[in-house]
Amino acid sequence: MTVPDVTSGVSRAEYCVIACADAWRGAGEIMASPFGIIPSLGARLAKRTFAPDLVLTDGEAALVVGAPSLAAPPSDLVREAPMPYRSVFDVVWSGRRHIMMMASQIDCEGNQNISAVGPHAAPEVQLVGVRGAPGNSVNHPTSYWVPDHSVRTFVEHVDVVCGVGYARAAAAGAGATRFHDVRLVVSNLGVFDFETRDRTMRLRSYHPGVSVDEIAAATGFALSVPPDVAETRMPTPEELELLRNELDPGSRRDREVRS
Amino acid sequence: MSDKSATVGDMVGELRSGMTIGIGGWGSRRKPMAVVRAICNSDLHDLTVVAYGGPDVGLLCATGKVCKVVCGFVTLDSIALDPHWRAARQAGRVEVMEVDEGMFFLGLQAAAWRVPFLPTRAGLGSDVLGINPDLRLVRSPYGADSPFVADPADADVELVAMPALHLDAAFVHTNRADAAGNGQVLSPDPFFDPLFLGAADRRFVTTELLVANGELADGDHPLSTVAVHRMLTDAVAEVPGGAHFTANPPDYDRDEAFQKEYASAAGDPGEWEAFAQRYVLVGEDEYRARVKEREQ
Repeated sequence: MTVPDVTSGVSRAEYCVIACADAWRGAGEIMASPFGIIPSLGARLAKRTFAPDLVLTDGEAALVVGAPSLAAPPSDLVREAPMPYRSVFDVVWSGRRHIMMMASQIDCEGNQNISAVGPHAAPEVQLVGVRGAPGNSVNHPTSYWVPDHSVRTFVEHVDVVCGVGYARAAAAGAGATRFHDVRLVVSNLGVFDFETRDRTMRLRSYHPGVSVDEIAAATGFALSVPPDVAETRMPTPEELELLRNELDPGSRRDREVRS
Repeated sequence: MSDKSATVGDMVGELRSGMTIGIGGWGSRRKPMAVVRAICNSDLHDLTVVAYGGPDVGLLCATGKVCKVVCGFVTLDSIALDPHWRAARQAGRVEVMEVDEGMFFLGLQAAAWRVPFLPTRAGLGSDVLGINPDLRLVRSPYGADSPFVADPADADVELVAMPALHLDAAFVHTNRADAAGNGQVLSPDPFFDPLFLGAADRRFVTTELLVANGELADGDHPLSTVAVHRMLTDAVAEVPGGAHFTANPPDYDRDEAFQKEYASAAGDPGEWEAFAQRYVLVGEDEYRARVKEREQ
């Protein structure tokens, strides 16, 4: 009897979910704050497998028990404690959180922009606003999710620094660097970190089906590429089963990132 | 005990052009929209609006009431950002003091506590300092030799001094209230409503339903749902549907169809004119009747 290879036909979105989940590996008892469908699935997958102590919210004002399916209606969620916005700042400023925010622009030093394209005083395109990015990035681990990797999103210098990158934090002094930890950038093409001597962006892994040249061409600055750079890891059969059948039976992941 | 019952007209009648107005709620959630509509219908102008921004900011910009907005974002929640706000910003019609949403909280807190600023790491290294050149840093007076410094990295550390955000007036909307000025929030998040009131000279609460003093807490709703006590309130108005079209559970959810129409009207001046004539530049009774017509 042949065992079907469940890892065949893994979609790009599924590699992205795994890469996001791994961002919370070893995080312990902290709040995971994912933005976007794929980071949300990643956080839930992490909690259901290798990071069981993670704390997730209901997206409103409470902490939830377990890691519910994306398809679960709000009335099905079981809540364990209140978490109104005012309390969220207690968590942010205590450092017990790892957020994965989105970025309209991200640059080689890890600065992120969600405020405006063009000069802030006269924006060409007004975006949502700085939100909590300045405070998040200097208080607790911060990662980013970019579902549309291109020279428009991976830019040499962002137009408005919302989330603070390494050079800007260093220039601002110990108040900014003490808890600063911009950890990962996950895009639809690969995974990036800042583990270089000058804390600029490095390719950590490329998703299967994507070439390093393709990533370099879609990036608006010179990316560090280690000679031994590997593929993003394959999901385990258990992870795929959870993701496909329990967490996201409606395949919303494949609409956020197409294969 | 004084009876603080009033009307939205009384409240808005106290405002003057050029004032700084705080608006409670968050995004497109539990916004005092009846008050916002009344301001849109007034001859007030050059207001500074301080808010966790939603359609309150968009409507006031679209009707030309605002010269400046203090915010960390403007969003409609189910629609990522308010297109009326986007249009006003891209046309240069409105000035913005854009700060981190935690800095914003500290600004209200400082005003409510009557201190000139509160220190925070939030903002350090970001362009929030560059785009708001009036913001200042503050150096901790506790050096390495201080018995209070637990970590050497905090000795003499430089932080952002978030200034107090003083408000001339603040408006919040609650699910229930009493005429003494206590306000009850039955949805899970009171947001920063008590701080908006605490930061303001004149403090106004609108509510879905007025009940007798002492009757806000009952078997279904513990006393802890009374988020606003009467020392924070100058006047209370009963306005059923006063947060429409934003979300105000358990009384009602966001009117997504209405919000979509509001947002898409930003794309075309003719469409906006028609929308404003029908739903904005009308009295509250007429507004309610027109919203009711939509549901039939």
